[in-house]
Amino acid sequence: MPHDHHDHDHGHGHGHAHHSHEGMSPSGHPYRADQDAPLTDAQALEIAVRELLVEKGIVTEAQIAEAIARMDARSPAMGAKVVARAWTDPAYKARLLADGSAAARELGADIDALKLVVVENDAATHNVIVCTLCSCYPRTLLGLPPDWYKQRAYRSRVVIEPRRVLSEFGLDLPDEVAVRVHDSTADMRYLVLPARPQGTEGWSEERLAALVDRDSMIGVAVPRLPAGDEAAAAG
Amino acid sequence: MTERSWHDMGGLPAGEMDFSQHDFALWEKRVDALMTLATSRGMFTVDGLRRVLEDMGPEAFETLTYYERWIESVTRNLVEAGAFTPAELAEKLAQVKARGATYGEASLGASDG
Repeated sequence: MPHDHHDHDHGHGHGHAHHSHEGMSPSGHPYRADQDAPLTDAQALEIAVRELLVEKGIVTEAQIAEAIARMDARSPAMGAKVVARAWTDPAYKARLLADGSAAARELGADIDALKLVVVENDAATHNVIVCTLCSCYPRTLLGLPPDWYKQRAYRSRVVIEPRRVLSEFGLDLPDEVAVRVHDSTADMRYLVLPARPQGTEGWSEERLAALVDRDSMIGVAVPRLPAGDEAAAAG
Repeated sequence: MTERSWHDMGGLPAGEMDFSQHDFALWEKRVDALMTLATSRGMFTVDGLRRVLEDMGPEAFETLTYYERWIESVTRNLVEAGAFTPAELAEKLAQVKARGATYGEASLGASDG
């Protein structure tokens, strides 16, 4: 399998020059305890089940490694590519809003059988997504969900007090903007199409995609111009 | 008369957002991969996964981590699908735990990339 940093103890200086914080992963988060901590029941169960499935010929270790590599390769970049295309190609945007799954597949996203519904933010409406029942999330477009997306606070509260929850994310919406909260299911996932920031006229898709982060496609943030560009746009 | 299940938590009071974030450990990614591969082989579906998770109740939600709950559910679904028997699982678990005290030691050679 590809080099996996979780396989090693977390000493530093293994050439991971991009590690910015001591004890943190390349994405800046602490690792979960893994190899060096006492074996937990859940870990033992994972090993046992995996080995049984391999022995029975149901899966191979290589297929497991490939599945992990595919999952690791997924990131919000795929979703950002879809958003940037929709911002620059009105015909694509129309297809995306009509049939999100088909339009995402056009750009090479692996959507499987699930129905993807894309909801568009504009001056009058802000959309935000949740899965109140569990953790359904457009992971083929955004990667695995953040921890907060799966926790009680978000799942319980965003459907009754979305403005207050968004404000905890640092997003304060004007009263005249309506907030729509979309509750996902196992078979139907949502993606927010954020509004294209002003001051980005003539930008390339690639440059636009760099403005679109995970949170803006969940709807708990909106894309913003970097400070320098904002000044340029204003001037 | 119906009562809402514990997992149907939309709209209920809850605390402040907690923004702490962890990267997933290898064993957690493997649980996710086992789920993906088992369902792609038609052994069970996401509905089966959720049925067991929901039956585990609110205590499990509060005390176990996400993939700790998942591996329990994946295991139960695989037993129901006939992938292996409870006796085979018990025997394998005993072997795994006898190998060593850490995940690395209990994993045979397959844990290294």
